[in-house]
Amino acid sequence: MTVSKKVVLRFDAKIVDQPIMYSLIKDYGLIPNILKAEINPHKQGYLVLELSGENQKYAEGMEYLNSLGISVDALDEKVVWLEDRCMQCGVCTGLCPTQALSMNRPSMEVSFDGEKCIVCEMCLKSCPAKAVELRF
Amino acid sequence: MSVTKTYEEINEKIKKGKVVVVTAEEVIDIAAKEGIKKAAAKVDVVTTGTFGPMCSSGAFLNFGHSKPKIKMQKVWLNGIPAYGGIAAVDAYIGATEVAEDDPCNKVHPGSFSYGGGHVIEDLVAGKPIQLETTAYGTDCYPRRKLETTITIDDLNNALLFNPRNAYQNYNVGINTTKKTIYTYMGVLKPNMCNANYSSAGQLSPLMNDPYYRTIGIGTRIFLAGGTGYVAWHGTQHSPSEERTEKGVPTGGAGTLAVMGDLKQMNSGFLRGVSILGYGASLAVGVGIPIPILNEEILEFTTVRDEEIFAPVVDYGTSYPNAEPGNLGLVSYAQLKSGKITINGKEVKTAPISSYPKARQIAETLKQWILNGKFYLTQPAQLLPSVEDDIKIKPLVIK
Ligand code: SF4
Ligand code: SF4
Repeated sequence: MTVSKKVVLRFDAKIVDQPIMYSLIKDYGLIPNILKAEINPHKQGYLVLELSGENQKYAEGMEYLNSLGISVDALDEKVVWLEDRCMQCGVCTGLCPTQALSMNRPSMEVSFDGEKCIVCEMCLKSCPAKAVELRF
Repeated sequence: MSVTKTYEEINEKIKKGKVVVVTAEEVIDIAAKEGIKKAAAKVDVVTTGTFGPMCSSGAFLNFGHSKPKIKMQKVWLNGIPAYGGIAAVDAYIGATEVAEDDPCNKVHPGSFSYGGGHVIEDLVAGKPIQLETTAYGTDCYPRRKLETTITIDDLNNALLFNPRNAYQNYNVGINTTKKTIYTYMGVLKPNMCNANYSSAGQLSPLMNDPYYRTIGIGTRIFLAGGTGYVAWHGTQHSPSEERTEKGVPTGGAGTLAVMGDLKQMNSGFLRGVSILGYGASLAVGVGIPIPILNEEILEFTTVRDEEIFAPVVDYGTSYPNAEPGNLGLVSYAQLKSGKITINGKEVKTAPISSYPKARQIAETLKQWILNGKFYLTQPAQLLPSVEDDIKIKPLVIK
C-alpha cells in the first residue's frame, strides 16, 4: 500500500542545515514533490510537499521529522469565495468541475459550496473580478 | 382607439407620482395577462438593464494645473498609461490599457491583473491614485515632470465616455479545436466542452427597442449607478443584421456610445476586470428606460428569452480568421438553462455578463422614475436603423 499526501512542514532556523530531503528519499524511500517553500537560514521556514511512498515507510518518515522537531500538518488549502467582490457574472460556473460554484436558476445568482470544492484552482485563474482566493 | 403617449405626458405623470413603471421582465407577464392594448394603456415606462465587460470604455479626466504648469504629454495613473494627446491636463484612460511592463501573454495565459478598467474602478471607489506625467517644456507650460497622488474629488472633470457599449446581441463563444483557448469570451475548453454567452437577453436595452424607435442621441440613462446619456450610436453600430420576424437581430447589431459623470457612479456597477489570457477591461452597468409611446413599442418590450437567438461562433477557428459562418443559433432560454446542444453534443453554458446585476439595474432605474428622481428625455435624433443601410466594412490590407 502506498500513500500520497500534501503536507506542510514547519521548522526552526537551527535545523535548516539538516539534509531532510535526502533522508526522506534515501532512508525512507519517500518521493517528495516540493509545491512551495520558504527557507531562510535565520528564520522559521516552511515547505509544502506532496509526499508519497509506502505506508509503513511513510509513518517512519513522519516519526523522523517529528524527532527533529519539525511539525507536519496536512495541507489545508481552501478556496474562499469573496461574495462582496463577486460581480455575479457566472463565468466560473461553466468551468468548475464539481458545481462548487454553481448557478441558481431561474435567479441566475451564483453561490459557492466549499464542501464540494476540490481546489482545482480553475476559478482562481479565470474569475475576472478576482473574487476567489486561496487560503492556507 | 389605439394608445399614444408623448414624452411630456409621461414626464407629467412622473411629476405627479402617477407614473406606471415596470421592468422588461415584469412587462412580459402583464402583457400576457392583459393583452398588448391594455398593457400599453397602463404601463408608461419599461426599464431595461445590462451588466458585463465592455472593452470600449474609458474616462476623460481633467487634473487642473500645477504651479508651474505642465502640458502633460505622457500620463500614467497607477502605472497605467493614459492618452495625453489632447489639451494640457486632459487625458483619456482606456479600460483595456495595461502597464508598459505588464508581461501580457509572455507567459500564456497572462493574468492582466491591473489595467485601465481597474484605475477607473479605484477612482470611483475614492481610492488615491498615483499620477505621473511628463512633457516637453514650452513657454506657457514649462514644467517637464510631475508626480503626485490624486483622488476623484481632486479632478475638475471625470467623464466616463464609452464609444461602444450595450451591444444589442452577441455571439456565443465555443471552441472546436483540441486546445484550450483564452478569449474575451472567457476560457473555452477544447472539443466544445463549454460555451459562453454575454447578454441579459430579455432584459437588455436594445433587445427591447430593436429598431431604436425611442433610444437616440440625448436619451437619459442609468450609467454605472449615476445618470448618463446616449451620446451617439456606438462604433460598429450595425442595424442591418439579420432579424427575426419580431425584429430582434440574430447577431451583434446595434451599439451605443454613452457618457456620464464618473463622480456620480459607484463601483458596484463599474468594475475593473481581468480576462485570463486576453486582457484588462471594465464591466459596465447600463439601464435604459423605454417610454411606451404606443402599442407597437410596448409589444417590442414583451420580447422573451425564448424569442431571442444568438449565433454559436467557433473562437478556435473561424472567429480569429475572420471567416463567416456559425454552428447554429440558440435561444437565450436555452443558454440560461445551462446547456445547449451543438452538432448533437450537449455543451455546458455560462454567461460572462451578469443577469442578477442587469435585474438590479432595471429595478433601480424603475425606483428612480417612480420616486420622481429621473425624467425621460426625447432624443434629439434617433439612431440609424435598418432603413439607413449601414454596412460595417472589414479592413482591407493594401
Ligand atoms: S467568475 Fe468570479 S465574479 Fe463571476 S460569478 Fe464567479 S466568482 Fe463571481
Ligand atoms: S477550485 Fe475548482 S472545484 Fe473549487 S470552486 Fe474553484 S473551480 Fe470549483
